[in-house]
Amino acid sequence: MVNVMDLVEEEFIYPGTRACAGCAMALIYRIALKALGPKTIITVPASCLTVLHGMQGFCTTKVSVLHTPFMTTAASASGIVASLEEKGLADEISVVAFAGDGGTTDIGIQSLSGAAERGTNFIYACYDNEAYMNTGVQRSGSTPLGAFSTTTPGGKKSHKKNMPKILEAHGIPYVATANGSYPLDIYEKFQKARKIKGTKYLHILSPCPPGWGFPPKDTIKIGRLAVQTGFWPMYEVINGKYFLSKDSQKYLDPSKRKPIEDYLKTQKRFDKITREEIKNYKQYIDDQWTEIRKRVENY
Amino acid sequence: MNVPMKTVKNKRIKIITGNHAAAHAFRQAKVGVVAAYPITPQSPVVEKISEFVEKGKLNAKFVMVESEHSAAAVCCAASATGSRVGTATSSHGLELMYELLPWAAGNRLPIVINLATRALGAPWSVWTDHQDFITIRDVGWIQMFCEDNQEIYDTNIQAFKIAEDPRVFIPAIVAYDGYILSHTLMPMKLENQKDIDEFLPPLKHHINLSDISQVKGIDPVTTPHVIKRAEGTAPGYYEYRYALQKALENSIEIIINVHDEYAEKFGRAYGNGLFKTFKTKDADMIIFAMGSVASQARVAIKKLREKGLKIGLLSLKLFRPFPAKYLREYFKDFKNIIVFDRDIGYGFEGVLSYELKAALYGLKNSPFIKGFIVGLGGRDVTNEHIINGVYKGLEASKKGEITHDTEFLGLKLEELDFLKQEDNKNG
Repeated sequence: MVNVMDLVEEEFIYPGTRACAGCAMALIYRIALKALGPKTIITVPASCLTVLHGMQGFCTTKVSVLHTPFMTTAASASGIVASLEEKGLADEISVVAFAGDGGTTDIGIQSLSGAAERGTNFIYACYDNEAYMNTGVQRSGSTPLGAFSTTTPGGKKSHKKNMPKILEAHGIPYVATANGSYPLDIYEKFQKARKIKGTKYLHILSPCPPGWGFPPKDTIKIGRLAVQTGFWPMYEVINGKYFLSKDSQKYLDPSKRKPIEDYLKTQKRFDKITREEIKNYKQYIDDQWTEIRKRVENY
Repeated sequence: MNVPMKTVKNKRIKIITGNHAAAHAFRQAKVGVVAAYPITPQSPVVEKISEFVEKGKLNAKFVMVESEHSAAAVCCAASATGSRVGTATSSHGLELMYELLPWAAGNRLPIVINLATRALGAPWSVWTDHQDFITIRDVGWIQMFCEDNQEIYDTNIQAFKIAEDPRVFIPAIVAYDGYILSHTLMPMKLENQKDIDEFLPPLKHHINLSDISQVKGIDPVTTPHVIKRAEGTAPGYYEYRYALQKALENSIEIIINVHDEYAEKFGRAYGNGLFKTFKTKDADMIIFAMGSVASQARVAIKKLREKGLKIGLLSLKLFRPFPAKYLREYFKDFKNIIVFDRDIGYGFEGVLSYELKAALYGLKNSPFIKGFIVGLGGRDVTNEHIINGVYKGLEASKKGEITHDTEFLGLKLEELDFLKQEDNKNG
């Protein structure tokens, strides 16, 4: 397990980016770049990360970034990888695609699926803030049940898409979930992914103060509640083997989990959630952990 | 045209299709990354390229993507990482790539796309017309059209040299009629690799992500304004787009130079590199057309000349940038121009027709221009249609009738039974 003292001291994002106060994505990105190091090329579609990267002629990162149209993230990464392979540089430089949940679960799913099927040697990281936050909080395929968005004013009527499972079905060597409130876990997972050849997928929950409706100071607390309530299990699937991450292990025991209401009530987006939907959530979490237990016991 | 073959026994003369001519050009241009998705009638281009890669005849990375949209995205990213890049497509494939086309132009990536032209649905059609080629008119690419397989090969080699010129850095599309050239075997010459290498040196790109000693943030959000900071001044979107337009305008001379250099080295010229002319010396009337339509006009012109008409052809090779200055100069002494468009600017006229009218605007003694639509969706363009059009055009010219009404030649409405029944009903 990585200790905070093990983190690379060098920063790869310059201070004063345009990210919102309390943005978990900025933290995730900071930690990820530390784990990846300077020999990294990032490609990014339209997303909050485009905003963080700054404007016109100036770059807020110490690694190269290629911006690309919305649905092309994984194809863009495939192009960088192909070019590096042509030049014999593929083993030296990590190619990392960073996209939001809309760019991943909705408009970018086709190119991601194609790149994964081809076994493209890159890391795809989805930072999941559960809606189109950059364009003003419209619902995405990753918006959770009951959540308000500007296009689900009465709350979303379906659960979020289980993207890590979809990627797992592609048979890629590394799939992991993570959470902005557990930076050491993120660091370790990126370091691990960097060393594996093939397509690596990381899906990272990224609490969003303006989009979810909570004060910026509560970002870490809310991210942790997502794990503590059992809503957001953190795990890895390495070459098909399932590993429950350390910070999620104790929630195998249902009595250790906090009630889901503790998570929902902290965020304005769940103000209109119905009793039915809360019931639905309880079942959803139970089912999720029944499956996890089976997988953990199998290995 | 009229490929001068020094000797028939030349072992470099191959009998191959237009699609394979494009693939051989990619092989000899030593393209580094190819990303493609199959579509009729283009598919044999990328099948051949993957065969070259498999057999080790081309040291490229071939990415068989899941859509043309991704093909274009892979091309853009690989080009930005410093590789020579190309692909091929048709019709809906090109339309699906559309989002990435202005992106590649704005990013000044010297990608080359081969386009085996094909009509756009609906209804489904796999046959040629020039609508796909015309529809991407405003994305900021260099657009060239070919009339035979040798020209496809020669134009591809030139396209890389033009696109990669540091004064240009603009992507290029090389088009040829689907099936009519894409699947037709013709004798053509493949040049020595050594000579091609001399003509086309390796790419020296202005963007190269693989050089990680330089940190780049490529294509961030760019405001309408010029931004001044301690680190320097950054152009606004407007300045970027101005630079693209000026580079396109200025590329015409570079296109001519590259063409002339190629002609001198390899002994094959295509007019002035912008357009080709046929039997124009004593002509007072010109047919203006592109690709398969121009090829057919060559035959029709021979028949019209037997009837005593002093008629010639201008076959447009460079569609974008539109060589307006050269066309004005060329057409200033002609009385009549008949334009045959295998495309249409829906709601207005054939696109070649109205672009030529615009280009000649304000000429003293400006020629009379009459345009016709022909051969959409692969309807045969026959001598009869062209001859018919020429006479109709002459008649309109005599009457001085200027109209923007379109006329489709070769329509067969009279064969449609349901229309006959309608007519009967209406008495």
